[in-house]
Amino acid sequence: MKPSLKVLAPGFHTTVQDLGRIGYQDIGVPVSGALDGVSLRLANALVGNPPAMPGLEILLSGPTLEVVADAVRIALVGPGAGLKIGGENPHVVAGGQSVTLSRGEVSQVVASQFVACCYLAVEGGIAVPLVLGSASTYVRAALGGFEGRALQSGDMVPLAIASAPDRRELRLSNPLDPARDQPIRVIPGPQLEYFTQEAAAALLGAEFRISQSADRMGMRLDGPPLHHRQGWDIVSDAIATGAIQVPGSGQPILLLADHQTTGGYPKIATVISADLPVVGRRRPGDALRFTAVTVEEAEELCREQERDLLQSEAALLPVEDKATTVDLSSLYGDNLISGVVSGLE
Amino acid sequence: MKERFLSAGDRALIVEFGDRIDRRLSHDVLRLNATIRSKALSGVVETVPTFRSLMIHFDPLVTTRGDLEHAIRSLLDHDLGQRSEATLWRIPVCYEGELAPDLTEVAQLTGLTPGEVVAMHSRTRYHVYMLGFLPGFPYMGDLPVELALPRRADPRLRVPAGSISIATSLTAIYPYESPGGWHLIGTTPIRLFDIGRPRPALLAPGDAVLFQPIDRACHERVRRAVEKRSYEVVSEPIGA
Repeated sequence: MKPSLKVLAPGFHTTVQDLGRIGYQDIGVPVSGALDGVSLRLANALVGNPPAMPGLEILLSGPTLEVVADAVRIALVGPGAGLKIGGENPHVVAGGQSVTLSRGEVSQVVASQFVACCYLAVEGGIAVPLVLGSASTYVRAALGGFEGRALQSGDMVPLAIASAPDRRELRLSNPLDPARDQPIRVIPGPQLEYFTQEAAAALLGAEFRISQSADRMGMRLDGPPLHHRQGWDIVSDAIATGAIQVPGSGQPILLLADHQTTGGYPKIATVISADLPVVGRRRPGDALRFTAVTVEEAEELCREQERDLLQSEAALLPVEDKATTVDLSSLYGDNLISGVVSGLE
Repeated sequence: MKERFLSAGDRALIVEFGDRIDRRLSHDVLRLNATIRSKALSGVVETVPTFRSLMIHFDPLVTTRGDLEHAIRSLLDHDLGQRSEATLWRIPVCYEGELAPDLTEVAQLTGLTPGEVVAMHSRTRYHVYMLGFLPGFPYMGDLPVELALPRRADPRLRVPAGSISIATSLTAIYPYESPGGWHLIGTTPIRLFDIGRPRPALLAPGDAVLFQPIDRACHERVRRAVEKRSYEVVSEPIGA
């Protein structure tokens, strides 16, 4: 039998994602890819993969997976997420470190109640075929990933290697900061002139809340309506990830990885690329505040984030036997014992 | 109008030529697109031509918006090339029965007979302005003014794949089943998007399209041939 992970329970919305499908937006194919590329890259680093390898993106609640291979090294990364390993008397492994499982072992991903997504990387990668150069799943057009869709019970997720090499497990030297209260930095425009001054001021001054209409395509935000000055129907143009578009209702929509490549609503501002992972981690019901930066500041923040990430990838530490498990199980105990994470309902 | 440079975040720069759906603006967009692609500017990740602007996605770890704007201004001023080669496609369409669910209504709303709607729609040569909304979804124009209608007041939740649609000054084809608010006046049996092809999208921005009316028997024959991958859409190269 091919080495794989058998899906015993799929979680709320678990898909294969890499860092995106680049180069096909001109023919209408969204970029897709991880909502939080930082966490995916760190997960890959922990299992010795190159940064852009596909992993599992886990939204809101986690899957339960059984190992159908001799030895599989996995790592889960996402603030507050953990793995519950074994059936009757499970032990708990916190996120942010690698762990190797043997044939028949069952692990349940327990997602944080406070963070929308976490990422599971597997040493050697997930062996799904690349579609237009990427393994990312785009569910709306059934492109890429595992059969173009979210995982379901009974799926056998194919793995590239059957037996992970024996070596020291690794952990992140610093826990990932969920940045739950950080204001989201935006660059105003490209269609700021379509909005009233009050709307521009409200975007930066008011608090918004992520509504229940949120998925990989985008999140509708509840808050003061953002009124248009000169109509809300523009001749369609291209959309960048992070764009905050405002239809006639005045209720903004923050567009994420699976957004359509073009659209006909004015965009009041665009989230800077360094903050896209922070936005990706926010859940329905979470508050959002926006603050404006210049393009030059955003470019510097992007470079800074890349430097930090390269440093984190290079500074992984060996896992000491036992010690971490005990500490972390108490740390994550509350979250894991309750075991149930609320979904979108 | 002089082109404008607009930031869409720190990874995309827009060069906007105007704010209308207009063949001349489209021509400018496609020329700049072809020029940037042929020059392989440092840090450019991909480009997306639309009706009246070009979005240039770039990697801020390699270049900056400032450097990129400078390089593109210099292309616009001194070094603009021609548009890429394009193709004229003859796309078979059945405008009959349940394959044309809104044809009668469109005829009523425009004061024409269904036959006149079909004749007008199928004798116009369309320009592919851009692709968007769904993989392979072409925005084409311009429709004869007599056929211009606003979008439907009640969008459908399921528009079948292959539907030929019209709204405002445009016509389009749905590559996949999806929700949609345009009027459906025909169906094509061909595949607009197929990852099994070297170029997955049949149509590219700048291409031209003529619709060829076919009857239901022919539609069925072509549909079966498409399924067996033994059907090629008739096409010919057109100059830039």
